[in-house]
Amino acid sequence: MITHHEVLETNEMIQHENLDVRTITMGISLMDCMDSDTEKLKTKIYDKITKSAKDLVKTGDEIGNEFGVPIVNKRISVTPISLVTSGHGQNACVQVAQTLDRAAKEVGVNFIGGYSALVQKGSTKGDIDLVRSIPEALSSTERVCSSVNVGSSRNGINMNAVRKMGEIIKEMAYLTKDNNAMACAKFVVFCNAVEDNPFMAGAFHGVGERDRVINVGVSGPGVVKAALENVRGADFETLCETVKKTAFKITRVGQLVALEASKRLGVPFGIIDLSLAPTPAIGDSIAEIFHEMGLEHAGAPGTTAALAILNDNVKKGGVMASSYVGGLSGAFIPVSEDHGMIDAVNAGALSLEKLEAMTCVCSVGLDMIAIPGDTPASTISGIIADEMAIGMVNNKTTAVRIIPVLGANVGDTVEFGGLLGYAPIMPVNKFGCEAFIKRGGRIPAPIHSFKN
Amino acid sequence: MKGIITVVGKDSVGIIAKVCTYLADQKINILDISQTIVSGFFNMMMIVDLSGQKFEKAEDDLIALGKEIGVDIRLQREDIFNSMHRI
Repeated sequence: MITHHEVLETNEMIQHENLDVRTITMGISLMDCMDSDTEKLKTKIYDKITKSAKDLVKTGDEIGNEFGVPIVNKRISVTPISLVTSGHGQNACVQVAQTLDRAAKEVGVNFIGGYSALVQKGSTKGDIDLVRSIPEALSSTERVCSSVNVGSSRNGINMNAVRKMGEIIKEMAYLTKDNNAMACAKFVVFCNAVEDNPFMAGAFHGVGERDRVINVGVSGPGVVKAALENVRGADFETLCETVKKTAFKITRVGQLVALEASKRLGVPFGIIDLSLAPTPAIGDSIAEIFHEMGLEHAGAPGTTAALAILNDNVKKGGVMASSYVGGLSGAFIPVSEDHGMIDAVNAGALSLEKLEAMTCVCSVGLDMIAIPGDTPASTISGIIADEMAIGMVNNKTTAVRIIPVLGANVGDTVEFGGLLGYAPIMPVNKFGCEAFIKRGGRIPAPIHSFKN
Repeated sequence: MKGIITVVGKDSVGIIAKVCTYLADQKINILDISQTIVSGFFNMMMIVDLSGQKFEKAEDDLIALGKEIGVDIRLQREDIFNSMHRI
């Protein structure tokens, strides 16, 4: 029987250490909504989403209430829209984005992901239409999130797409210049994108998935930090064991919530994504874990090693706790969503280059980084190319969510609000890479992709 | 379905009595009970049988009762603790 001590420990995690289920994300396939008539296509999409997810928010809240654990977000991911709107043209893509936004508002989810294209090897006409429509789509909607996969370990990197990404990020920054380039915060560029990620802005419902699925993302950097406080000064074996045990406990909560949500909604359970995702709240920070491990600030020498330990042991603890682990799983290192990271940037401890090094061992990539608005598109593409190369060569998912804020310079701070937080503008290397990006074409797949 | 009730707050006369009276009125059976005082703070845990009960109503009532007697009362399904602490 459960002991008093165990009950106290769990409730301490929830009440004081910010343990939560970060998101229940319902993946919905839109493949059966295709239609040659754009109006019919939009109606089918709206109807399928609103019918499938009508009880998602209510069910999530009920489960959170019964277990006493907050379920922060309820979200939806859909089939990459470039596949669904193929042949309809750029304007229809924007209309579909607006349909997604309406559907999201109708069912009460705060984000809907999947306004996406997978162009790692090349683009179809439908992909090109969608990519070109992204700036208008994201600046004319509130809850739609978009991603483009431009590279993979299997296929190499589509450098034409990388060049285009720099341009559309600048365009989005311009279109939402009065709102701190908010559209850029809803857009991610991926290498090795995963098809079952429940976290935004990069969630989409992969084509290899079933019709509908429930994926759950759990989080709890504060719980890990609190556990590490009890082993201050202990050796690395103890440190790793502590992270592992804590990750196990956190993931078990996610597994329980996922199975319950799946049962109540009548939608099959997909995966648990056991990511440590920070929020701007004090005590919910990855940088605080680094500090607890013994680093003065995130970004200090030793940070990459500390992150590698954290990422690896979160996975080791988590895989035993759930029957299906997937998504991105690991530690996220967004800057604007983590007050410790922001402090590190302001203290001069954390640079873009150090963050890039950290992305070699974290679960995703350069995330929620604000840069000066006058950064050239080619430089943004260069940053993306570097990050994609790390993903391609290391067989891992990498991503870039970068926000050039027009009129802002190093020393300024921009406010995104809510879970997206606020960010100091970070300096970018001033040396150009325009001729490199202009080459165009495709970087061939790396030698270790030939595994057959 | 089993539920865990936790009661935390400043110690005073009759906390257990009031919670138990409510549970008896609602015909909710108490399976286990433990209680400690830490630095003057009352800390109680009960395992109760919620079979046939409306979870939401019991939870709302207990929260209201907690407010009335000045302590924090929570009701959670036992599953979350089993999941986290038992393999």
